[in-house]
Amino acid sequence: MTRKQRRLTLIGCALVVLAVAAGLVLNALRDSIVFFSTPSMVAEKHLGPGKRFRLGGLVEQGSLKRGDNLAVTFTVGDGGATLPVAYKGILPDLFREGQGVVAEGALDASGVFRADTVLAKHDETYMPKDVADALKKQGHWKDDYGKPGNMPSASAAPTQGAMR
Amino acid sequence: MIAESGHYALVLALALALIQSIVPIVGARWRDAALMNVARSTALAQLLFVAASFAALVTLHVTSDFSVANVYENSHSLKPLLYKITGVWGNHEGSMLLWVSILALFGGLVAAFGNNLPLSLRAHVLAVQGWVASAFYLFILITSNPFLRIANPPLEGRDLNPVLQDIGLAVHPPMLYLGYVGFSISFSFAVAALLEGRIDAAWARWVRPWTLMAWIFLTLGIAMGSYWAYYELGWGGWWFWDPVENASLMPWLAGTALLHSALVMEKRNALKVWTVLLSILTFSLSLLGTFLVRSGVLTSVHAFATDPTRGVFILLILFVFIGGSLSLYAWRAPALKQGGLFAPISREGALVLNNLLLTTACATVFIGTLYPLALEVLTGEKISVGAPFFNFTFAPLFVPLLLAVPFGPLLAWKRGDLLGAAQRLMVAGVAALVAMALVFAWTYGGATLAPLAIGLAAFVIMGALCDLAERIALFRIPLSLSLRRARGLPRATWGTAFAHAGLGVALIGIVCETTWNSEYIGSMKPDDVARVAGYQLRLDGLNPRQGPNFREMVAQFTVSRDGEKVSVMTPSKRNFTTRGASTTEAALLTRGASQLYISLGDTSADGAIAVRIYHKPLVLMIWWGPVLMAFGGLLSLSDRRLRVGAPKPAKAAARALQAAE
Repeated sequence: MTRKQRRLTLIGCALVVLAVAAGLVLNALRDSIVFFSTPSMVAEKHLGPGKRFRLGGLVEQGSLKRGDNLAVTFTVGDGGATLPVAYKGILPDLFREGQGVVAEGALDASGVFRADTVLAKHDETYMPKDVADALKKQGHWKDDYGKPGNMPSASAAPTQGAMR
Repeated sequence: MIAESGHYALVLALALALIQSIVPIVGARWRDAALMNVARSTALAQLLFVAASFAALVTLHVTSDFSVANVYENSHSLKPLLYKITGVWGNHEGSMLLWVSILALFGGLVAAFGNNLPLSLRAHVLAVQGWVASAFYLFILITSNPFLRIANPPLEGRDLNPVLQDIGLAVHPPMLYLGYVGFSISFSFAVAALLEGRIDAAWARWVRPWTLMAWIFLTLGIAMGSYWAYYELGWGGWWFWDPVENASLMPWLAGTALLHSALVMEKRNALKVWTVLLSILTFSLSLLGTFLVRSGVLTSVHAFATDPTRGVFILLILFVFIGGSLSLYAWRAPALKQGGLFAPISREGALVLNNLLLTTACATVFIGTLYPLALEVLTGEKISVGAPFFNFTFAPLFVPLLLAVPFGPLLAWKRGDLLGAAQRLMVAGVAALVAMALVFAWTYGGATLAPLAIGLAAFVIMGALCDLAERIALFRIPLSLSLRRARGLPRATWGTAFAHAGLGVALIGIVCETTWNSEYIGSMKPDDVARVAGYQLRLDGLNPRQGPNFREMVAQFTVSRDGEKVSVMTPSKRNFTTRGASTTEAALLTRGASQLYISLGDTSADGAIAVRIYHKPLVLMIWWGPVLMAFGGLLSLSDRRLRVGAPKPAKAAARALQAAE
């Protein structure tokens, strides 16, 4: 083989691998990405049942109900609209009423959000970033959500907890 | 006083780094040996001052000096001593100080042990180290000073994030940083080579041990972080394709590719330009990882604080170093001479394939991690790219890589014999088929992909052993002769076999854990029994307990199998009063390579507690694999070739100059 042929073989191999990878990436991006929505956005967009998305908002005060065998229901609101959520399993350590939450799942036929994953990435001073941004956009942001209290430039270390 | 001295030492380190950035380069231009040697003394002095600064911060944390904001926010007088020390880097400012300390450590090591480097190369390498160090000193001093005082010191601190109060914090961040920052050495060597316009096989011989060392630490750091997340976060997963995890995986993939391409360069003087590019990319990905984790664009346990000025500053550093080094590369790389020729089927060809697949896999992780960020900036739309994306892109790219791994070491340099290699791998192939058939028969009707993957793992492990057997001519010559040959093999050969086998071991763990994991979730009252994978777990009772800075509820489980008591497990739920946060302490029971895992949920009004029990078959192999890989790396690092083989033309001259210094 000449130097040129060898080089062409190498470049050919590289192109094949890159093409395969590009195909895989595009295919996966079409099928496996999940959009983020708040209850108001869900109401606006008329999301159909079965379409997976991430729901973010605040857990409404007094809405948490525990059923049999670890089934729980609660309502997520963003100041504009609310959406009932059903989940079965153990809630994260930091799941609390009045706090931010992100849940992943899909709506069922009756309009209840069936979550299979609940994330509560926050501690006493911290809101999930997606939720904070969405609330700010809708004008329901209260300054004291983000404020760490009376500390001088306190840093909030978010705690991660998720259920799978 | 201590805080002020620490701050002052850091400013002095910055001054030294600035001198180190400029004077040696000028010296190299003027061919002035005395000026070039300034690099060595400044690098060592810089290490001394950063170490002093770091020691000052540790002292402040240990003595609980709450007049310092950093200590107040992250410490508590009742916190155990270990966590007072590890808490130093359990926050943004402290962890950046650890970052620059390790950078200075590597610079100091090059200065101290680089006597056999040509004088101008050492001057250039240390100057580039000086640039990186200056940028990060400025970052710390301007945006994240750990030594700031509070006007009215409070009596008690706010305590460290409870999730971080674990032995994992003592090991994981330092290991990871030793890896991340270790790649700065190969980066500096690459930029120095571009500045000098000269690069040869000796260059690769100097770069390889440094890259290998960084790679070993990064491998262990990632594995350790994964195990920590597994037992501490309480939901039994070990890898979530979280952007922060990806940020550490990307430099690892690029670094692994670099390790292999540097090999080609050292042995065959080929792939020079590519190796230089990989060195730049690997450290750029380390910097990107630092940016992703430290800038607050992502939310996770690792993002300690979200302060936009910090994000902008790191982004600026990122642009200057990545943009600058890539422009330098585009400008100077064509000047580097091309090296040896090789046929597509050869050891070099196999290593090129390895590099191709590793960098492509790295690119898919890069896209999956940054696409959501880019989309949000461009369109405002929020999406998340989760595990399915990576499973569909990353896994298919790793299958051909794993298939090719056993072939690589069996091919000859320059021109290989694929058929011959295949014949020598016959035993591995048969072992893989047997393993596949056995697993398939045993789990008949179950998952179809899993037996194939186990077969692949068996092929990788047996392939590594075949390579060794081939080299010592096992069963073809008398056993005693084979053993003598085994002792005589270069350590690097053993290292390769261990590292490659580690890949297979980790794959077995991953496949078994994801496919045959059994789980029980339910609420249990005392004396209830849960049955998981042949084990009976009886909840004996719930007892409250008081810890140093937390209260906990401990559940006691008696584990038995076939009526015989095996052990007692005590998972707990801790409540940290100062932060008002609670954590779940999972209980683990190791049986061989498999584990039982219990984590607790909430207690309900009627005294029942939510319990989640997993049986994870062969889960420990996931982490034994990386440990084997790191061990292989260590064996390679101790190879004679890397210690004594390098020519030392500059030594005599350097000695004479030091005397004149």
